[in-house]
Amino acid sequence: MAGFIFKRLLQAVFVILAVTLIVSFAIRLSGDPAIMLVGGAGSVTEQDLQNIRQALGLERPFYAQYLSFLEGLLTGDFGKSFMGGTPVSLLIARALPATLLLAFASLAASIALAVPLGVYAAVQRGRWPDQMIRILSLVGLSFPNFWLAIMLVLLFSIVLGLLPPSGMEGPESFVMPAMTMAIILTATNVRLVRTSMLETLSQQYIMVARSKGLRDRVVLYKHALRNSAIPLVTYIGLQFGSLIGGIVIVERVFNWPGMGTLAFDAISNRDYPVLQGTITVLALFIVLINLLVDIAYGLIDPRIRTE
Amino acid sequence: MSDTANRQSQNQALLSVRSLSVEFGTGQGVFRAVKDVSFDVRPGKTLAVVGESGSGKSVTSLAIMRLTDYTGGRITGGQVLFRPDGGEAVDLVQASDARLREIRGNDIAMIFQEPMTSLNPVFTIGNQIAETLILHQGLNGREARLRAMELLQKVRLPDADKLLDRYPHQLSGGMRQRVMIAMALACNPKVLIADEPTTALDVTIQAQILNIIRDLQAEMGTAVIFITHDMGVVAEMADDVVVMWKGEKVEQASVREIFSAPQHPYTRALLSAVPRLGSLKGQPLPKRTPVMVMDGGVAKAVGDTHEQDTADYTKPILQVEKLTTRFDVGKTFFGRVTHRVHAVEEVSFDIYPGETLALVGESGSGKSTIGRTLQQLVEPTGGTVRFDGRDMAAMSQGERRRLRQEIQYIFQDPFASLDPRHTVGYSIAEPIIVHGLIKDAKARERRVHELLEQVGLQPHHAKRYPHEFSGGQRQRICIARALASDPKLVIADESVSALDVSIQAQIVNLLMELQEKRRLSYLFITHDMAVVEKISHRVAVMYLGQIVEIGSRQAIFENPQHSYTRKLLSAVPIADPARERAKMRIEGEIPSPVRPVGQEPAIHRMREVAPGHWVAIEADPLRGAA
Repeated sequence: MAGFIFKRLLQAVFVILAVTLIVSFAIRLSGDPAIMLVGGAGSVTEQDLQNIRQALGLERPFYAQYLSFLEGLLTGDFGKSFMGGTPVSLLIARALPATLLLAFASLAASIALAVPLGVYAAVQRGRWPDQMIRILSLVGLSFPNFWLAIMLVLLFSIVLGLLPPSGMEGPESFVMPAMTMAIILTATNVRLVRTSMLETLSQQYIMVARSKGLRDRVVLYKHALRNSAIPLVTYIGLQFGSLIGGIVIVERVFNWPGMGTLAFDAISNRDYPVLQGTITVLALFIVLINLLVDIAYGLIDPRIRTE
Repeated sequence: MSDTANRQSQNQALLSVRSLSVEFGTGQGVFRAVKDVSFDVRPGKTLAVVGESGSGKSVTSLAIMRLTDYTGGRITGGQVLFRPDGGEAVDLVQASDARLREIRGNDIAMIFQEPMTSLNPVFTIGNQIAETLILHQGLNGREARLRAMELLQKVRLPDADKLLDRYPHQLSGGMRQRVMIAMALACNPKVLIADEPTTALDVTIQAQILNIIRDLQAEMGTAVIFITHDMGVVAEMADDVVVMWKGEKVEQASVREIFSAPQHPYTRALLSAVPRLGSLKGQPLPKRTPVMVMDGGVAKAVGDTHEQDTADYTKPILQVEKLTTRFDVGKTFFGRVTHRVHAVEEVSFDIYPGETLALVGESGSGKSTIGRTLQQLVEPTGGTVRFDGRDMAAMSQGERRRLRQEIQYIFQDPFASLDPRHTVGYSIAEPIIVHGLIKDAKARERRVHELLEQVGLQPHHAKRYPHEFSGGQRQRICIARALASDPKLVIADESVSALDVSIQAQIVNLLMELQEKRRLSYLFITHDMAVVEKISHRVAVMYLGQIVEIGSRQAIFENPQHSYTRKLLSAVPIADPARERAKMRIEGEIPSPVRPVGQEPAIHRMREVAPGHWVAIEADPLRGAA
């Protein structure tokens, strides 16, 4: 186990290196931050811009800038924002909890919904409840997340006036962003649980469990579900990456002050340190989640544990 | 209990199946799997339900406890009357779900065919046995665990206390089936339904499992419903026999009557197809005999009696010398190999033109690896293989390709070995195209038609797809494909093992007929000793990667020298209920061929006991071959 985790951590280092290198390089293609900084001010000379670049350390070659970014990473220093000079780590510390809350809550909600629905659909295979669940899940899959977000705002804020349309003002603000994410996640997870359960339910040991006189609930949720969990857990690990991607858009629509908003603003402002910092932290989280998924495999299935 | 009462409970059936019918809805309409079947199960007795695939025997076994509900089946008529303790009869067909759950696993328990898949992989053995005890007997966790350990001892599993915390994947197939029996017997059921419980096991393991079931039945007075296709097992286990065919019961009688005076033509056909160990006693050559085939409700003899005098012992076609094949398994963190499978260790044998050499052995004996090595699917670790005098290792790429044409393979599973997306005509023509044997498309088509006719099919079958054929027909197609490139040697790896006996007998005859016509050599790899006796000229017995005995068929079957050969032969169930049952106690698991690196297995030295009959020298024959 220790060897396994060590191997994974080594992998994580390479992932972070690759991600930060690509991000740092790519954002420098977007243009000059100095122009953004002085944007709007009337008479700016080339000398002024040169001074700004010098102050931000942008006149140095790319590799030098990247190396000093890595150097900072090692000491936990992400640098300062080009906009206002706030330390990036402080910005992340403010935004990260909001995003994690959103991500985990929507993931948890989708699992809580998808598991019973998927199990039920598998048991009712081919009958009308199964058809209904499958059609609904297809509908859910077909929604683009931003469109769904806007529709929810229209319904709950404008028409019904129940929930605040944006911002983070209290628990109610949290409902719609989480719901948007959860609906889309549930749509895929239901299908996954259903397919995986169908496979498991055809196994001989399920018939054996039934021949023992166990209740349906025990057969399904004790004997079958754990055997169906591997594909679901795998997918959740993979999903986490796209979940983060989806969150950027959903946060934007609801003006939710999380990592997505932070990254989005950083791109618009060509704020290199903020973008590099946010992406590094998000990449770290994705690596971590996938490590947890691998550990979870062993907990779920003893056959993987011994390998 | 008074004598009268005793007699009454003896006569009264414990379980009566009355006019049971089961249907399945399929895409093409309703399929009637079981039609109007009735039988009685007596306390303490074994009723065998015999039939081939599609006979409805397994569906019947599931329908008794209404487990067909979960497979899409519908019981459309009849009753299943269960009388526990001679009391009021419960009709399980009408019983409520709750009542049924009380009976399942408690009064009636079931063992299934596949021990590898009948235990839940994510729960420990102890947990799975205890579950039944907690549910039906209201034991607490600790009591249930203790009882589970006793049960494991009862099915003769060593180290029962350690096994409780093991997971199914850490156990061999035979051990898992014992666990399954322990689980089924946990609540002292009155009826045990065993659906082909030993079919997937090696013969020596099968013999042990059958013994356990028989002993526990005698001890606990359980009634057993034994579902099987194997007449040998029937003869060894049953008191009464029900023969099923196409969903119907065609005959019912005591086991002796079934074997000595079968009434229904199907029963007669079935019995005639069963290969019987010892049936060729005193005869030096293998022999084709007619097979009874059902033809529109009438049994009809097909084929003739013919001695298989085809072998030409002047010059071998294949010479295998000290062949060794090992696989690396288990690596450390740094990729260093820690364990190896010693699949084949210094195996030597020859095959002559027109000869069938049978390679027999159980799981892990290395018999299939030899076949795959010869077919160049696996690289040997050492040794030499000569085909027609040429060393395989010294061959050029082109020569090796040519060798693939001369050595063909017939696989075990006729369902998996044909590409479902191609017509069978294409599959048969493929080797001809690949090896560039016939360039002209018209001539190729004629050749495919000719091959189909040779294996007993029609030329127009060439345009059909594999799913349109039965298992036996598909195996015929596979044989036609193997013959397409005009090979000299055909390796048949368990090629008839998955087939119903009546089909199996026909395919064996077909193989022998083709051997005579084309002077084919066969390497016949199998675990089935009865088929070996019928088809082979010589036999090599393998154990843990080495040949322990090799000789003529007659020598091996009539004068077996090695203790393992004897064990193997005595483990085969004999289709003759008049023979004394359970003559030999067979114990022990089949050891694993996986060894840590550096611990090489000792190579047996062989001695010649008679001309051409070689036996490995055993250190202590009483201790068995290990």
